[in-house]
Amino acid sequence: MVQLTTRERDLGAIILIALAVLGIAMAAAGRNDLLGIHGAMVLLYSLVLLFVLLSGAFGAPPSPGRLTRYYDDPIKIGVGLTLFWAIFGMFIGVWAAAQLAWPSLNFDTSWASFGRIRPAHTSGVIFGFGGNALITTSFHVVQRTSRARLADQLSPWVVLFGYNLFCLIAISGYFLGVTQSKEYAEAEWYADIWLVIVWVTYFILYVRTLARRKEPHIYVANWYYLAFIIVVAILHIVNNLAVPLSFAHAKSYTIWAGVQDSMVQWWYGHNAVAFFLTAGFLAMLYYYLPKRAERPIFSYRLSILSFWGITFFYMWAGSHHLHYTALPHWVQNLGMTFSVMLLVPSWASAGNALLTLNGAWHKVRDDATLRFIMMAAFFYGLSTFEGSFLAIRPVNSLSHYTDWTVGHVHAGALGWVAMITFGSLYTLVPAIWKRERMFSATLVEVHFWLALIGTLIYVFAMWNSGIIQGLMWRTYSPDDTLVYSFVDTLVAMYPYYIARTFGGLLFLIGAIVAAYNVWMTVRTPAAALSLDEDLPVIEHPGATPTPAE
Amino acid sequence: MPELMHKKLERSATGFMLAIIAAASVGGIVEIAPLFTIDDTVETVSDMRLYTPLELAGRDIYVREGCYACHSQMIRTLRDEVERYGPYSLAVESQYDHPMLWGSKRTGPDLARVGGKYSDFWHVAHLNNPRDVVPESNMPSYRWLGTTRLKLSDLPLALRAQRAVGVPYSDEMIENAAGDAYGQAMPDSEQSSGVTERYGEATQVSAFDAVMTNVTEMDALVAYLQVLGQLTRAAYENTAAPEQMPDPDN
Repeated sequence: MVQLTTRERDLGAIILIALAVLGIAMAAAGRNDLLGIHGAMVLLYSLVLLFVLLSGAFGAPPSPGRLTRYYDDPIKIGVGLTLFWAIFGMFIGVWAAAQLAWPSLNFDTSWASFGRIRPAHTSGVIFGFGGNALITTSFHVVQRTSRARLADQLSPWVVLFGYNLFCLIAISGYFLGVTQSKEYAEAEWYADIWLVIVWVTYFILYVRTLARRKEPHIYVANWYYLAFIIVVAILHIVNNLAVPLSFAHAKSYTIWAGVQDSMVQWWYGHNAVAFFLTAGFLAMLYYYLPKRAERPIFSYRLSILSFWGITFFYMWAGSHHLHYTALPHWVQNLGMTFSVMLLVPSWASAGNALLTLNGAWHKVRDDATLRFIMMAAFFYGLSTFEGSFLAIRPVNSLSHYTDWTVGHVHAGALGWVAMITFGSLYTLVPAIWKRERMFSATLVEVHFWLALIGTLIYVFAMWNSGIIQGLMWRTYSPDDTLVYSFVDTLVAMYPYYIARTFGGLLFLIGAIVAAYNVWMTVRTPAAALSLDEDLPVIEHPGATPTPAE
Repeated sequence: MPELMHKKLERSATGFMLAIIAAASVGGIVEIAPLFTIDDTVETVSDMRLYTPLELAGRDIYVREGCYACHSQMIRTLRDEVERYGPYSLAVESQYDHPMLWGSKRTGPDLARVGGKYSDFWHVAHLNNPRDVVPESNMPSYRWLGTTRLKLSDLPLALRAQRAVGVPYSDEMIENAAGDAYGQAMPDSEQSSGVTERYGEATQVSAFDAVMTNVTEMDALVAYLQVLGQLTRAAYENTAAPEQMPDPDN
């Protein structure tokens, strides 16, 4: 089914054997350290993949006709991985939220304590769910918008399985206590190096596919995917420069210290939001929205403005995470200024999306998939407004360190990132598996309302708790002393912690409904859909496609 | 015209990628590079000391357990924070922190100046079960730290790696790292005098977890918590007044 040629299969086997050897080396060198456990995991992972690869080795050779079609097999696996990580990451999130209300839910174990499962949640949803969604949709979008097949058949699998190995090592590490504590970049040095290798492969594959395009212009969705791939590489490398204790130890120390480290970490952290959680997902918006609404993007000019605005302004905004700290004042002010200016390109994108729906609002009413995409654009506008607002120094003095930030992040993560992903998946799945529609439109509708209500409960709970706590911390009595002890403010949080757990639970149930619906869609027999419309352009029919230009 | 130029740019993948790199690089370069070159970014103080091996091990446990997810170590220049937690944090105080642990969320209170605020005994009781001392707390219990032996043999490597990233540990400190960690947690042992010799008289030598049979992770973590805010007195001598936020009631 995966259509690998003998040569590609051999090359794949060599890569996997090399990886298995690396796993053995890690396990041997790190036998007295947690690195050894990761070595064993690398070994097991590569052996399982090797078994899968070789089990098809004596099958029929792929038909030459495959080159006249898009290569969608990695996308199918990617959809499954995306949904797996969605459920895993959101489950850990609900669990972590519940622990804040009921601390005994860690069952007195080290691996399940809040500090360890919190990065497992954030990485599970950002890198597991979000990252797989980005890779999967990018393989779909780059082929369709370039009218060209992926440049080869091996590197998509290297990217997909390599990336998921990174997720596995990173997240299992947090449970074990392997972390460098950099927020949203907790993975240790060897996982970071592995991700660089995977990312370079991804970049080369993407550019080679773009080079084969049969359209003279690069479509706007690809601008965003390109920015996502390139800038994430820069951020990842700079933020993760570190010196390990030795090659036999998992532990490392970052080369950055103190105030410089704070700036590097939030330059990374905020732009992980920008280029992982915004740029890549805007790419989905720019492809799946016009596709689903069957209307062209409202304004080409707004697309250009917002793309370059986001690419340029975002990189300045990280220091708004460090207001009133020991970071020099001038950097804080620069961060605030650019964060406020960022509202212009952000709302240009959100507005461009919503205006694209003009003339298609009846479809928004009837089609829950399009409603997911519409709601995502709405939440994108909402959370970018909130982001610019929270970046203003006096506002930040109240909101920082409180749940308001957590609420803001989840308005973006649930309302924007997850909703655009589900909207895209519901468009992509029937297209890839050649089905007329999803298995159940009712379940998409159910999922939409679970997601929306869950998000609203979550965000409102966190707005309330954040603002209440921020105000309590700074409440003075008439005789000019602080009124509330820290514990007083914690007690006030409990009702909201319970409410947010419930909101998150609804969202998780929605993701499970989605996974079931996708599974049933895949299982229903394919409709006799005509393939003619969904084919790459081949210049000389019958000949092997060659790169354009 | 700009639109036409962009139409041209869109036709070249290489040109487009270079434009992305150019646009995205400016902000980081302008904001990060000067932090290394402008001298008053980090204050110069004379009394800044290094973490002892035991404190560094405790810091690594703090990192491993993700304590930073709920506790900040950065007192902002705001009046209510200064009154609640102590003098606001200075850049120099995290000068040797690889990585910094300023944090971003206070589910629990700030810990930048928690050192010396509570007894060792309180910390051990609190880490064993926070609700024994603070009934309303939602912090996890860290009972197993008291029964897990600290891996002393890795400490010379840890100090060496710290030196590689710029922390001025001497050869002597690196050689004696394991012994110094042992000595700091065993006040009656012969190694304990070496710790104060190498790291200063103010270093706290104590049976942190009150158990003298071996050095546990509890010893290390409590030693670290007790040194937070104690590496230099600079913040207490700093006289600039914190900013006052407008009172929402007025």
